[in-house]
Order: sequence, then structure tokens, then C-alpha cells
Amino acid sequence: MRPKRSRRKSGVRFLSVSATTAAAAALVVGCSSSSSTSGSGGGGGTTKSPIVIGASLSLTGDFSADGQAYQQGYQFWASQVNANGGILGRKVQMKILNDNSSPTQVVTNYQTLINSDHAALTFGPFSSLLTAPASSVAHRYGYAFIEGAGGATSVFAQKLNNVFDVSLPVANELDPFTAWIKSLPAGQRPASAAYPMANDPFASPQVQRTQSLLTALGVTTKYSNIFPEEVAAYKAPADDVAATKAQAVVLGSTDVPTVSAFMSAFEQQHYNPTIFIAAAGPDQGSAFTSAVGVKNANGVMVPNAWYPGSTNPLSQAMVKAYVAKYGGSASNINADIAEAYSVGEVADQGLTHIGSVDNAKLISYLHSGVTLTSVQGPVKFNSLGENLSATAYIFQWQNGKFVQVLPAADSGSVKILYPKPNWGS
Amino acid sequence: MAHQIYSAIADGILGGGVYALMAVGLTLIFGVLDIINIAQGILVIVGGYLSYVLSVHLHIDLFLGLLITIPAMFVLGLIIHTAVIRPLRGSERTSMSLLACFAVAIILEGALYWIFGPNVVTLSASYINASIKVAGFYINDIYVYCFLLAVVLVAAIYLLLYRSKFGRGVRATMQDATAARLIGIDVNRVAALTFGIGVAVTAAGGMAYGATSGGFSPNSGYDLISRLLAIIILGGLGSIGGALVGAIFMITVESLVDIWSPNWAIVVFYAALVIVLTVRPSGLFGRRAVRAQ
Repeated sequence: MRPKRSRRKSGVRFLSVSATTAAAAALVVGCSSSSSTSGSGGGGGTTKSPIVIGASLSLTGDFSADGQAYQQGYQFWASQVNANGGILGRKVQMKILNDNSSPTQVVTNYQTLINSDHAALTFGPFSSLLTAPASSVAHRYGYAFIEGAGGATSVFAQKLNNVFDVSLPVANELDPFTAWIKSLPAGQRPASAAYPMANDPFASPQVQRTQSLLTALGVTTKYSNIFPEEVAAYKAPADDVAATKAQAVVLGSTDVPTVSAFMSAFEQQHYNPTIFIAAAGPDQGSAFTSAVGVKNANGVMVPNAWYPGSTNPLSQAMVKAYVAKYGGSASNINADIAEAYSVGEVADQGLTHIGSVDNAKLISYLHSGVTLTSVQGPVKFNSLGENLSATAYIFQWQNGKFVQVLPAADSGSVKILYPKPNWGS
Repeated sequence: MAHQIYSAIADGILGGGVYALMAVGLTLIFGVLDIINIAQGILVIVGGYLSYVLSVHLHIDLFLGLLITIPAMFVLGLIIHTAVIRPLRGSERTSMSLLACFAVAIILEGALYWIFGPNVVTLSASYINASIKVAGFYINDIYVYCFLLAVVLVAAIYLLLYRSKFGRGVRATMQDATAARLIGIDVNRVAALTFGIGVAVTAAGGMAYGATSGGFSPNSGYDLISRLLAIIILGGLGSIGGALVGAIFMITVESLVDIWSPNWAIVVFYAALVIVLTVRPSGLFGRRAVRAQ
């Protein structure tokens, strides 16, 4: 009979071998299942398993208001697609992770979505700040990266072939505004302008482009500065802008608090520019008007590629379905919802055309010059992934309503309110 | 240019009052408990939201509402101290308190998200956007009111610390907690009440921040904490008056530099801290100066 110590050793050895064998078996099973949901395989074609689409969104942090709107947009699109039988006969399942508005966390999230969650497809996050690093991750794994909120030049400067922005390129968003200024008789144009810009890849390019175009028209620059994007740092530049008494203010903003802080400072300084246009913030519907007051919002302009009253049939159907599902009224629908929905629409059309969930084929198809449709209008990508078919619109708050005003010749545009009424009127 | 400089100085002094309201609680807590309340930023936002609820839903004036929010935040401070701070012991207490306060901050932020959502809210009152013209430039009414409130609260805390029996207990604890215990001072009670007072004052800071910031949301606290820490370090950790002076100094410097470059303004904000600490390592009214009283 073997001594006790020897028997114990044998027992331990048996258990360790068994455990190792079990672990190896699990590894083999795991590998075989992951290979069926790889970036190129995309979930396999032999079963009706759902198509898992991964996205990292800013559910908390600086971009949380937009991030949560995007989450609702993605989920709303998924529910609509599933109600119509899904894509390629398969249901769509959104897998959303929270990046807390952090550029480092968004990278981790997409690695998790691709490697651990085995998402078949990836949708973009909110903001160019996060899209740039996130798209690199997707590119590394051969994933198409369809997104709706990463239109800054810094995103396309990476020259990644997998990035597809369904929305209007950021740099061109204010072009209808400059075109309108140019159309005014010289005596009616603003003589001077101020260009405060938040330190963000979204905010600066369009304002800087506008500044150069307006300067060429003879509009004197009274202020042009980039300020840190934190609430505590808004008052001083806002007061400086007010001190210039510039007739027009083109604010490079990314959110409601920025616009609200500037408007508040302007009112406190008894400064009312005849034109006030912000890059973002006023397009946030009731979130904007509840922050600044409906009367103060009067005359404030903002660029966007979509609005709830759009006559686009796809948009009208989406608005109707959204109101039916979530209640409220069309005017309160955040533009982010439409952007996120457009991302899904483009993915749907692409996957349906290629007949499989294959990222490489999808990338190739989206670069083929095909024109797709979305609630935001036509979508056609250039070699960088920019949607050059997107139309830029300018919207303005008029007596509590968010209306399209530019391009003036567009059938959906109403007369622009110029000069901007005084605060509170 | 002279006009802009005078305006920037006025903005800095008055804006410093707003930051003093937010920083006083932080320095008071450090002075007595030797812990850095990393949750101070989110506590300011909690104060802002309390004022928001009273103002929007109960139509109570922002300043009158402080009669409710200050006691409410005092109770919150007692709860946080009892549940999170007091159990910390040993030589690692100070470092552990950083983690503990960070956890409190995350929990409070999550609660605010759950209750109010991510959208920005603003405080409204007739005097928020009103201003008076002085020497050719406008001074905002709300900043004047908040500055006066800061002076009153700092004076009140000073009187509490230096003219009351409780204050003697607090100062004794600040100087030497062991010796204070030996002479019969209930150090735990002093610590709890001081933490509560520190958080209570933050209610006023939250109202002031909400009224002057143009809007806030649950994640707005992150922008604040680094500034508040810089202010109390400059003013001298544990010095109530130092918090007011430090806030005025820092915000004035920032406002002046902002005339030339908003991005450099924030750099200079922290550079000023480094320069002052080089000359006076304990801050303008450092602990040595406080204890000497």
C-alpha cells in the first residue's frame, strides 16, 4: 500500500490533469464558437442567431445627453428592423457599452465588443473625439465602422477605409449660413463677427472655415479664440465677446451648457448680436429651450442635417413610429435619434445587398459609389468615408418652434428671423 | 483695454466669491479630519439640484431655499461621515479616504443620473441675468449676491470656530486630536459635525454654481474638483479665510489672462498655484498660521 503522502500527491495530480483537460476542452469549444462570429464571418450563416451589433456610447460623462439619445436611436432602429423581420432573416441585437465620454475607454470598449462579445458589426460612438480612436480599433480587426457623429476632419485625416459617416461632414455644416450672408446686400451684412470656439475637433473646423469665408466678404473679425471646454471657463470668453459688440457671433459649441453660458453672459452684459449661430446645442430640442428659456431661444440658429418636420418620406415614417413608441411630440425628437437611425439604415441596406454579414464585403460595397437612403437624406461615401450627398441645413428657433430657414430656396425653409430679437422677446 | 481689465478684475473678485462658497467646506473638512473630500465637486452639484427642485417644483426663491438645502446637506454630510469616513482607521486613513470619497462621488453621480437624467438643468430667477452698470461695465446681480453670501458664511464659520465652545473643540482637534481626546473632547462628534458643516456650506456653493454656470448636469462635478483643490491649497489647507482669498486671487488671475488667451488662462490658473507654493509652501494662510491663532 502506498504511503498517505504519495496517495495525496496522486490525487492532486489526477485533479490537476482533469482540470487541465476540462480547460483545454473549453478552449477548443470557445475557439470554434468565436470563429463563427469573427469580423469576416459575421455570425455564421447556418443558423438564425441574432446579428450582434456592438457600439460604445457615452451614457455618462460630458456627452451623456447625446450618448443616451444615440442609444435610444440605435435601439429604436433595431426594434423597427426586427418588427419587419430583421436583416437577412435574422434579428438584430444591439450590444451597447458605456464609455463615459472617455477616448481611452471607447478603445477598450470596442476591443471588448469585438474580441469578447464577438459582435458581427460595429456602429460608431458619439462625437468625433471618440470616433477617431474607436475607428482605429475597428480597422485593426477589419470591421466596417458606420457612424453618424464623427464628421470632424481629424477622423478622416486618419484615412481609414472602414469609416463611413452617414452625416454631413462637420467642416461644411455652416456653408448655407455663409452663402446666405453673401446673398445679402452689402449694407445688410453684419460688419463684424466674433468666433469663439470650444477646444474640440467638432467645434473648431466649421467655425474657422466660416471665419475665412466671411472675412473674404469683408466681415471684420472682432474676436477669434479657442477656449477650454469646461463650464467654469465659459464666462470670461463670453464676456470678452460681449465687450467687442460684434454684430454676429459664430459660436463653436458642442453642447447645450456652452451655448447657455454664452447666452446668459450676453444677456448679463446687455449685448444682443444681430446674428447668433452655434455649431451645436440649439438642436437639442426641449433640452435647449428648458435650459435657456423659450423666449431667449428666439432667433438662435444652428446647423443640422435633419429636423422633425422634414418632408423626407423615410423621416416622416420614422417620426410617426417614434412618437407611437415613445410618446411626446415630433418637435421634441432629438436630431441624434435621426443620426443613429441613419447609421442603422445604411447598415441594413448594405448587409441586405451583399447577402451576408461580412465586414470586408460591406466595406467594399459602401465604397462602390452606391447611393443609399436614410431619414437624413441620400448617403454616398467618398474614398474617405465622408457622405458628400448630405445636405446642410440651418435651423432657427422662432417663437418656440424649431424651423428650417436655409437654404432659403429649399421648399422646407421659412423666412429667416433677422436681426435676432432682443433677449427675452 | 483698460475697460476690459477693470471688468476682468471685478469678475474675478465676484467670481471668487462663488468659488469660495464651494471651497470653504472642502478646506474645513481637511483642516479637522485631515482628509481630502474628493466628492466635493459632486456635492456642489447635489446642492445645485436641491436648489433646482425647490425653485422649479416648489417655486421657492434660490436664497430662501438655502434654509432648506443647508440643513438637508448637513444631514447628508453626517450620513457620509458615519457610513464612510468614520470607519477608516490606521496609518492609511488619509489615502483610504481618497478612495472612499471617490466612491461616494460615483454613487452620488449615479443617483443624480437616475433621478434627473443626463440633460442639463438651469436655475432661474429674475436676478440671474440682471446686471447693474458700474463705471462703464456691467456687474451681474447674482455674482454680487453670491459674493455677499460668501462673506457672510465665511464670517459665520469664523465666529463658530473662534467664538464658540464647539469651535474651541474643533480647533483643538485640528491641532492635536489625541490631546483633544485626553482633555475630554469628543473628537468623533466634532469630526462628524464638522464634516456635516462642511457639506452644509456646499449647499450654498451648489446654488451659486448653478445660478452662475449657465447649466449643470450630473457629470459637471469633474470640472470643479481640480479647481477647488487648487484654491484651498493656495489659500492654505484648513484656512477658511484662505479659501476666500485664494478663490478671489485665482479667479482674478484667470479672468485677466483670459483677455489675451482663454487657453492660457487655465494654465496660468495652476501656474499661479505653483508660484505661490514655491514662496509659501503652506499656502497664503497655511495651517501653521491657522494654528497660531
